[in-house]
Amino acid sequence: MIRRTLEIIFANQIKYDMNKIKNLADLRELKDKLQSKTKLRDKSEAPEGLIHVKVAMATCCIASGSRETMNYIVDELDKRNIEAVVTQTGCMGYCYAEPTVEVALPGKEPLVFGYVDARKANEIIEKYIKSGILVEGIIPVNYKKIEQ
Amino acid sequence: MKDISYHILDIVQNSLHAGAEQIIVDVAEETKNGTLGLKIKDNGLGMTSDELKVATDPFYTTSVTKKVGLGLPLLKQNAELTGGTFHIKSVKNHGTVVFAEFISTNIDMIPMGDMALTFKTLIAMNPEKDITYRHKRDGQEFILDTAEIRRELGDIPLNTHEVLDYITNLIQGSLKALSK
Repeated sequence: MIRRTLEIIFANQIKYDMNKIKNLADLRELKDKLQSKTKLRDKSEAPEGLIHVKVAMATCCIASGSRETMNYIVDELDKRNIEAVVTQTGCMGYCYAEPTVEVALPGKEPLVFGYVDARKANEIIEKYIKSGILVEGIIPVNYKKIEQ
Repeated sequence: MKDISYHILDIVQNSLHAGAEQIIVDVAEETKNGTLGLKIKDNGLGMTSDELKVATDPFYTTSVTKKVGLGLPLLKQNAELTGGTFHIKSVKNHGTVVFAEFISTNIDMIPMGDMALTFKTLIAMNPEKDITYRHKRDGQEFILDTAEIRRELGDIPLNTHEVLDYITNLIQGSLKALSK
């Protein structure tokens, strides 16, 4: 019985190692493909010149679908060739309107959008990010007034 | 949360807010015992014993924008509802480990969820962090190590679209292989 257990462990280890080798080979192939591709893209854009998108990712946000929203935004921006920095942020305090997304176009004040599902995210990308057209569902952020 | 993958995404946010640079997520499934062990370890700011005492209090939070902190208490509740256990170990300025054990045969067990999507999300937003994901099912396991991937890829950032696709497929494929 010990021999049988050892055989299984050994077989599993070989299977794991073979998978690892295959994964490593795939990764190296990917690297070669990407290196020739990134040479053509100019990555010298300074952070201030880029569009910044922040998706709230706290507990209530995740429970409301922010993971799906964030991935939709990342995938769509890539598909439409729009360069932007997409990151997570903690709770912005708009838990009643989750998922929430903050978009900061270069040179403009950041805007926070609420109830951002895939459909809304699409609208934000098409209208606001691409053309600067304001979209419904903007959450007024009043922190400046409070400070005054 | 609806499933384990959402809980992982949620707790790792805690690690990131605590400034962790290294995060290890361990999932261990034992079909014989009917258990699922989840361990999330980080090298962030950690907690003092006082902070540790209130960490699972839903009305305790380090957030300034709200008065509740639901991540840990919700995970604790879900684990305990299945008859499992939950505890946290933490050392200030060293890091924190969150342990949750679920009894997977219990009627209240939550599904695994989309692990690939959770890790794709974490890596897309934090390409510089060292995130390790280890998934064990009975005798077999697979390991995703972003530090190792970063070493292989050199200058290419982990949040490049093709790399994220590679990682997603890697996790999905590896999890499927574990079932065999």
